[in-house]
Parts: sequence; C-alpha cells; structure tokens
Amino acid sequence: METAGQKPLVVWALNISVVVLVLLWIFPTLGLFVSSFRTGEQITASGWWSSMFPAEQTVQLRAADPDDNRIETSAGVFIVEGNIFEGGDTLTIDAWATSSRDLGAFAAGETADLGDGETLTLEADGSYVWQGDEDQLSGRGQRIFVDATVPPEFTTNNYGFVLFDEGNSEGMAKAFFNTLTVVIPATIIPILIAAFAAYALAWMDFPGRALLIAAVVGLLVVPLQLALIPLLSLHNAIGIGKGYLGVWLAHTGFGLPLAIYLLRNYMVGLPRDIIENARVDGATEFQIFTKIILPLSFPALASFAIFQFLWTWNDLLVALVFLIDSSGQTTVMTKQIVELLGTRGGDWEILATSAFVSIAVPLAVFFMMQRYLVRGLLAGSVK
Amino acid sequence: MHPALLGLMTIIVGVGGCVGYFYGANLFLDKVLFPAKGPNAGRNINRANIIRPWIFLFPALFALGLYLAYPVFATLRLSFLERLPGNEYAFVGFENYTKMFAEPKFVEAMKNNVLWLLVVPAASTALGLLVAQLTDRLKWGSIAKSIIFMPMAISFVGAAVIFKLVYEARPEDVAQIGVLNHLYLLFGGDSPQQWLTIPFWNNFFLMIVLIWIQTGFAMVILSAALRGIPEETVEAAVVDGANPFQIFFRIKIPQIMGTIVVVWTTITIATLKVFDIVFAMTNGQWETQVLANYMYDKLFRANDWGMGSAAAMIIMLLVTPILVWNVYNARKEMR
Repeated sequence: METAGQKPLVVWALNISVVVLVLLWIFPTLGLFVSSFRTGEQITASGWWSSMFPAEQTVQLRAADPDDNRIETSAGVFIVEGNIFEGGDTLTIDAWATSSRDLGAFAAGETADLGDGETLTLEADGSYVWQGDEDQLSGRGQRIFVDATVPPEFTTNNYGFVLFDEGNSEGMAKAFFNTLTVVIPATIIPILIAAFAAYALAWMDFPGRALLIAAVVGLLVVPLQLALIPLLSLHNAIGIGKGYLGVWLAHTGFGLPLAIYLLRNYMVGLPRDIIENARVDGATEFQIFTKIILPLSFPALASFAIFQFLWTWNDLLVALVFLIDSSGQTTVMTKQIVELLGTRGGDWEILATSAFVSIAVPLAVFFMMQRYLVRGLLAGSVK
Repeated sequence: MHPALLGLMTIIVGVGGCVGYFYGANLFLDKVLFPAKGPNAGRNINRANIIRPWIFLFPALFALGLYLAYPVFATLRLSFLERLPGNEYAFVGFENYTKMFAEPKFVEAMKNNVLWLLVVPAASTALGLLVAQLTDRLKWGSIAKSIIFMPMAISFVGAAVIFKLVYEARPEDVAQIGVLNHLYLLFGGDSPQQWLTIPFWNNFFLMIVLIWIQTGFAMVILSAALRGIPEETVEAAVVDGANPFQIFFRIKIPQIMGTIVVVWTTITIATLKVFDIVFAMTNGQWETQVLANYMYDKLFRANDWGMGSAAAMIIMLLVTPILVWNVYNARKEMR
C-alpha cells in the first residue's frame, strides 16, 4: 500500500494478513509432510499439528514378576524392587497411578496405599519399591499408569517401507523409475523439435508464416482430451500400442505448441544485428541456429524444460491412456497413488509417504529453478 | 529390455535423429540439390532459402498436425458414429449427442462444470491479485510469494492426497486427524462430517484444491503487471488525495485489466479440463461429476467411443471462443 510507510498499524495489518495467507497455503502440504514421518498409530492417535509439540501421554507399565523377584526383608514382609523403565524408554513422570480409574493420583516420590498394608512407592527416576505380604506379592506384576510428557517423535521407517522394502508390492520404487523414464525423453525431444521450428517462425521469411503462428496459438488451448481415442487407435494400428514410445510421442505432440510459442517469442526478441552479421559473414542458417540462437535462447529453453518436466512428471491422464497396460508393469507414480487411495484409504502413513515421494522431485526443481519458471509464465501469458 | 535403458536409447536415438535430420537435410539442400556454385549459383541459393524453412518446420508441423489437429477432426467424426462389434462403425448422426443430453450424469457434469467455471477462475484471480498487491511492498514478499506459488509444482493427484487428509473424518469418539473436522468440532459442530459426500457443497471442497494450485499462477503474473504500472499515475493519485482503496480499484486495476483477462482465460481453460482432482478424490460420486471425468468414464470404462467423443467435442466447443479470441489477438499483435 502506498501510505503503508507512514502508518505502523497498516504495516502490521499488512504483515499479519500475509502471514495468515502464507500459513493457509502451506498448512495442507505441511500436514502431509509431517504425517509421512509418523507411524500409523501416531497418525490416528492425534492430529499432525499436535505432533510438533511434546504431548501428555498415559503409558501403562508393569512392575517385575513378583514370584521371581520378591525378597523377604522380615518375617512375612516381601518387597519387589526395580525400575519400571527397564528395557524401555525413560520418561519424565508427571504423575502416576495404580488404577486406570484415577489416573494421575500420585506425584513422583509418593507412596500409594494398595490396601491391607500393601504399598508401592515410585520415584521420579522410575525406581519403585513394592511391598506387601506373600499373597499380595504373587501372580502378575502390579500395573502402573504413568502420565508422562513424550517429546515429539518422528521416524523415517515409512520411507524405508515405501521405497526400499522388497516385500512391499505397492512400493513406489518401480513407479518412480517408470515416471523418470517417461519424463526425460518427453522433456528433451520436444525442445529440440520446437527450437528449430521456432527459429524458422521467428527469423526466416516464407509465405504462410503468420498463418502458422496463428495456428500454433490456436493449438495452445486445444484440450488433449480430444486426442485420446484417435491416437490410441492410431498407436494400436501402427503397432506401438500402449507403452513408453507411445507416451513419449504423445507428450511431445502435446507439449509442442507451448514450446514453439515460448521459444519463438523469445527468439524474436534477440538482436537482429547479430543474425544479419552472421548471414553476411557467410554462416549457414544451420550454423546460425546452433552457434548463435541456441546458446542465446538458454533462458527460454530452461523455462520450457521446467514446464514440460513438471507437466509430464505430474501427469495422470496421458499415462493412463497411452502407457499403462493391464500388466501394471509400467505404472507411474500418479497412478500408483490413485490405486493406494483406493486400497489403503485409511493408512495415512503409506499414503502420505508415497505422495511425498512423488511431490519431492518437482518441489526441488521448483525451488531451484523458480526464476526460469516465473520468466516462462510471464512470456507465455502476458502480451 | 529394461525401460531405463530403453529410455536412454530413445533419448540418444531421438536427439541424434533430430540433429541428424536437421543437419543432413540442410547439407543435402546446400550441397546436392541446390549447390551454391556453378552457373546457377545465385538462383540455387534463392531456391534453397525457399525450401529451408520447411525443413526446419517439418518435424514440428508433423507432430502438431498428428497429435493435435488431426484428433479434432477424428473425434468429431467418431462422435457421429457408433462402434459395432468387429471393428465396424455405423453412422448415427446426432444420436450420441441426444442420448448424452438425456443422461442425468451428463447434465450433472455440465452443471458442475459451469459451477467450476464460475468459481475457480474468479476465486484464483481475485486471491492472486490480493496476494500480489499485499506482498508488493513487503520485505519478505518474495518468500511469501514463493510459498503461495509452490502448489504449482504439485501434481493434481498429490494435491488430492493432501486435501483428503485435510477433509478426513474419523468416528465421533476418537481424535480427529483432518484439520477441517477438528476446527469444525472446535467451533461447535455437533459431529464429524464426511465433507466429500455432501452433495452440492462437496463441489466446493474439490474446487478449493484447484484454487489452491492456480492462485500462485495468477499471483505471479499479476504481480509483474502491478510492477509494470507507471509510478507517475499512482503518485498523481496520491497527490490528489486518493486513499489506498481508490488507488487500487480506480488506478491500478484498470491499467492491468488486459492481464487480468489473460489470467482469467488461462485458468478457465485449466478448469474446463479438470480431471485428476475429481478422478482421485471422488471419481464423480456424490454428484461431483465433471465433463473430463465423464468423458473418461464413457471412453475407457463403458467403452462407448461415440458418446465419449461427443463429450470431448463439448469440451472443445467450450474452449473454442477462447481459441478464437487468442488467435485474433495474436494476429492483431503481429501487424
């Protein structure tokens, strides 16, 4: 706001409203991210937002087996001594109880009266003394309910299971590589084809050029939905069928209008002198293109490469139609996640982790190459 | 062969093939067909230069024609045919269309699509404009913009999972793990709701996902447009005593109207084709069907190519005004 500089209140309001918007936007993704580091039990026990803070939890523990561990201190008086945290995590005891009906009845260091002279004392470090007669100190160990503050706990086991577990038939490792196999050729090939065409449309003079540019602009918005059946029939007819070759070709075709449009707009803005001088010096068009135009167009090439990468990596429809056959061997991550939504609908640790595996790579690319992405968007839409 | 190896080979063959084609075709043109020497050198150079653009254009034109232009006509043709057993087709005129219009699920998809088209572009553009304006003079504005832009990189399917967790409902007596139900109970709701199964309103819960993704796009473009406004116009308004709201609505908005329209139409096209979100979250159940998913159902579940193609043509028909408008603008610009 223009007057913001003068009014601290307005500045505050401005900052706060942007903070709210940013939190609103990142909150859903953060939920998935945090959930992917929690166990299934933790996820169903509490909302992910509470996992970031230490949580009050009641843990049920048991004193040692009295029949094996009791010691007779004086006639008819037995005690069992030990530490309830033995063989487990040491917790900070806020309060404890011997019955689930009055949780938190005693503080650490207090002695609980269990009736008929039977007592139990629990210290803050977890050591206890359980005292009583022979009958009372028999059978199973006394139950102790400890209210403890549990620090936030996260695990990377979900990622191990989803990515590296050989026995997990719904793992993401295979789908990850399939996606990669689709994406790389589907990103590189259209760039190359489009670059040549864009150069011709930008710097060569021939009849029908304006018409072709208009056609490219028109094709920009043609929904690829129309291409599904005719091209699948065509692929089947010429023997490509469903498979990688088909999906590479399809992505190439669908990506070309934007590629040509972006690259042409960029190349047209290159200085005319350089190209004219090269022509005068006797360079062939092919040389001008490879030695001058391509290196100068790097920003536009990078912009389109990011678009095409994000689009092919995140695509579901084209892969469903042109790639994934009934064997399921060529499934991609998006398809795998849709399957998991059906079969593992409630297992959020699996869903969240699988989804995050597929999101992580585009996010990394996004943050590293944001500059080019923004530039590409601006070149592609604002005129 | 291992797919990764196949992929690598494709890159080598594809890239090598492309480079080889362009290099070879140019060489052939200059050295063999019309060599730039001998008695006809001058004429040959001219002839070569007439042909050369088409060598550069050929692969792109071929792919564009085959993968985008041809399917429009092929789908149009299919929409008038009915597939018979044994790969036979019969001409049925507009029967596919009339059958489709009579189907409740199609009417539902049309209604929902109209709703999506009314809400998503408007909401995304407005929110994008709001964020662009708010972050304009902020020190940490670029970080804020980065975060709001981030969903652009997330797939629709990933976003579907993210928002399914937000909308998750658990039985009443256990802890709610979906933040929406958690807040709903916190603010006095009586019992956890299955948000995606509440007809009519569930459409909006699906739309939120697309708005969440598209707002960043609108913001980036509108932010650049706002920066492009000449300082003097704003300064003049300040001198004349205009308040910030007047400056925004009377001075800034009119100057970036062209950009707003471009953003609006771009998001409209994305909305029209929305498929993955509905496919992954509800698959059109509970009255959330949309055209693209309806078409997918017809084509690949019901195997009815006629009606599926008819549905695709409806999408094409809805895109056509924007297509014409874009082409018109592009031509105007080139003059």
